[in-house]
Amino acid sequence: MKILTTPRMERCIGCHSCSLSCARLVHKRISWDISGIRIRSSGGISTGFEARHCLACNPAPCSLVCPTGAFSQRRGGGVIVKKKLCIHCGKCSPACPVDAIYTDAQGEPFVCIHCGRCVAYCPHECLELTDIPLRDSKQIPTGDEP
Amino acid sequence: MIRDFFRVLVVDLSQGKSKVENIDGRNEVAGGSGLGALLFNRFSLPEKPWDAPEQPLIFAIGPLTGYFPLMSKTVCAFKSPYHNQFTESHAGGRTALSLRFADYDALVLCGKAPSLSCLVIGSRLLEIKDVNFMRGMDITESGKLLRRMFPGSGHRTIMRIGPAGENRSAMACINADTYRHFGRMGGGAVMGDKNLKAIAVLGDGEFVAPAGKEYPRLFDDVFKQVTSTDMMKKYHNLGTPANIKSLNDIHSLPWRNLQATSDPLVAGITGERFADENLLRNGACSGCPVGCIHIGFVREKFMKDNRYLYRQVAYDYEPIFSTGTMLGITDSFSVLSIMDEMEKAGLDVMSAGVALAWATEATEKGLISKKETIVPLQFGKSASYRQAVVHLGGAANEFYALLSQGTLRAAEKFGGAEFACVLGQEMAGYATGEVFFAAQATSFRHSHLDCGGYAYDQKHDEQDIEKAVNFLIDDEAGRIALTCMVSCLFAREIYNSEMLSKCLESVGYSDLAATLPHIALNVQRLRWKTRIATGYNPDSVTIPKRFFKVKTWKGMIDPLYLKHLKKRYAERILALGASQYA
Repeated sequence: MKILTTPRMERCIGCHSCSLSCARLVHKRISWDISGIRIRSSGGISTGFEARHCLACNPAPCSLVCPTGAFSQRRGGGVIVKKKLCIHCGKCSPACPVDAIYTDAQGEPFVCIHCGRCVAYCPHECLELTDIPLRDSKQIPTGDEP
Repeated sequence: MIRDFFRVLVVDLSQGKSKVENIDGRNEVAGGSGLGALLFNRFSLPEKPWDAPEQPLIFAIGPLTGYFPLMSKTVCAFKSPYHNQFTESHAGGRTALSLRFADYDALVLCGKAPSLSCLVIGSRLLEIKDVNFMRGMDITESGKLLRRMFPGSGHRTIMRIGPAGENRSAMACINADTYRHFGRMGGGAVMGDKNLKAIAVLGDGEFVAPAGKEYPRLFDDVFKQVTSTDMMKKYHNLGTPANIKSLNDIHSLPWRNLQATSDPLVAGITGERFADENLLRNGACSGCPVGCIHIGFVREKFMKDNRYLYRQVAYDYEPIFSTGTMLGITDSFSVLSIMDEMEKAGLDVMSAGVALAWATEATEKGLISKKETIVPLQFGKSASYRQAVVHLGGAANEFYALLSQGTLRAAEKFGGAEFACVLGQEMAGYATGEVFFAAQATSFRHSHLDCGGYAYDQKHDEQDIEKAVNFLIDDEAGRIALTCMVSCLFAREIYNSEMLSKCLESVGYSDLAATLPHIALNVQRLRWKTRIATGYNPDSVTIPKRFFKVKTWKGMIDPLYLKHLKKRYAERILALGASQYA
């Protein structure tokens, strides 16, 4: 199971190519918000950048509070998103401990699905799609594989 | 496409009211430079001075902003306090994407706010806030406060002015996101005159991506050219400072107020030296993976027992020329420390450095003294220059107030116009020869970016006036095609006419794709016509004597060739301004 990681954010130059690629390729949008990874300046632009993205919680608090199953637990961490089931209740975003879920003006949530399509667009190799060992998932509710 | 017209936010700062206007003309002017000129003609009063409340301050982006890499500039159009005529200044940073995602093609600011204010806009946000407590604050301090006051870290632009802008200095820049600038021609003074300390734009909107496979395929094609080939290497490797050594080698680097064009002391301030000693990290404009912004550091011992503070300063070729070679400073840390003061004051680094170089020579010649300069100015002495910068930004006395309006304004009173390094405005760092001198003196923005005269000089030693002027006119039109798109000019090899056409087609601007070169020619005419209507006469620009006594790689400047070049270029400009649109 792979997850998106950001092991070399010290190299980030703030070009937003990752966010724009996620929006363009995954969500078919032109945006730096509608994206599973979003870049913020860290304590002011002069001290570099940080990435807001899903850290692949297992269990994922956002999936636990989702009342419809639109967010369900992904094996290995993170969530599987079924947009058709989402009623835009807005519970997932505040449940995320690291502010990784973006909610647009219509209340639709957007979160990283760990597809890794952004990785190739980072000019400084800040991002990586990493294999993680599956943790004991006996007690963890699981969803379908993507 | 996002839209085939222009969606423009027009803010009346006097009344505190705004309206969104849908304006036609996409297929006539495209955006960027063309949109700036179109809006200037619509909103300005050409016969009134630059500081009449009605005069607009315009920020415009292009049809490909948000869609493709390096479409990351914003064109600022206004009536300049430097010469009281129409002009443009360009900057990158997050300005362009923030405006795109705020869902505006342009922002037009008219009127004067009743007290020092900050304008905050987004796709669902518009506020004019009193920030009277920021009066006199430098760029660093105001930037920190503004970041705290407004939402959207990382997805916003914060444009602001320093003391120089508040003091209406014709050398005041508009700082964009700390490390980029609308530098030249005094845009900062226009903001200051409007009582506008800052503009924060939150990019919180989004658009549907073009359907089909062509757009993402073309995006990847451009992205690969930008990141996987050597086409952009020079910009992210040493960056523009690589030119310091190469121009010094060919006797084309202005030293000590252009009293020389080469000096072995260059070793302390080459691009390599900055990379080895000063470079902390790179930065990028939003939507550009190149990362050409080079950020160095200065540290300052502020107390005994090794108590230090440090600051980060972005550097480039031009600021190294103006605060280094032009002032005889040959230590990289000292160069950055002068730049740092200019940044804080909100001064255009190029103009301010060149002005101080003139003041230093005027001091040497006894035209002015410490009575005027407050601190003793001497080539090579950085500590005094750092203090002088504060005096210049703060318009500390009559001398500095006059100098901040332009070197020639000070020379009118104190003498020394013959060695003022002014070509329409304070010179850029190219003592390459007659073509560049004629070009900067006469061209639209009086900028080295208007057309590649500096490159022409380095490739041609023959004296062919028609050939050289044809190059300047044609190269300007080519660059206008890019600035209408708000492409970074570093990408001019990638975004050739064919590629721009494909990009426009892929996002639905078929008419623009078919006619862009034609549009560029029309915008070229429109810009000249507009500038001339505000009082420009290219024949009236004088080239100071200093430029006729310069030695370049081709030998001494040929005064006759320079005069004839400038005369012919001026004729062509006047003809362009008078011609009908094609």
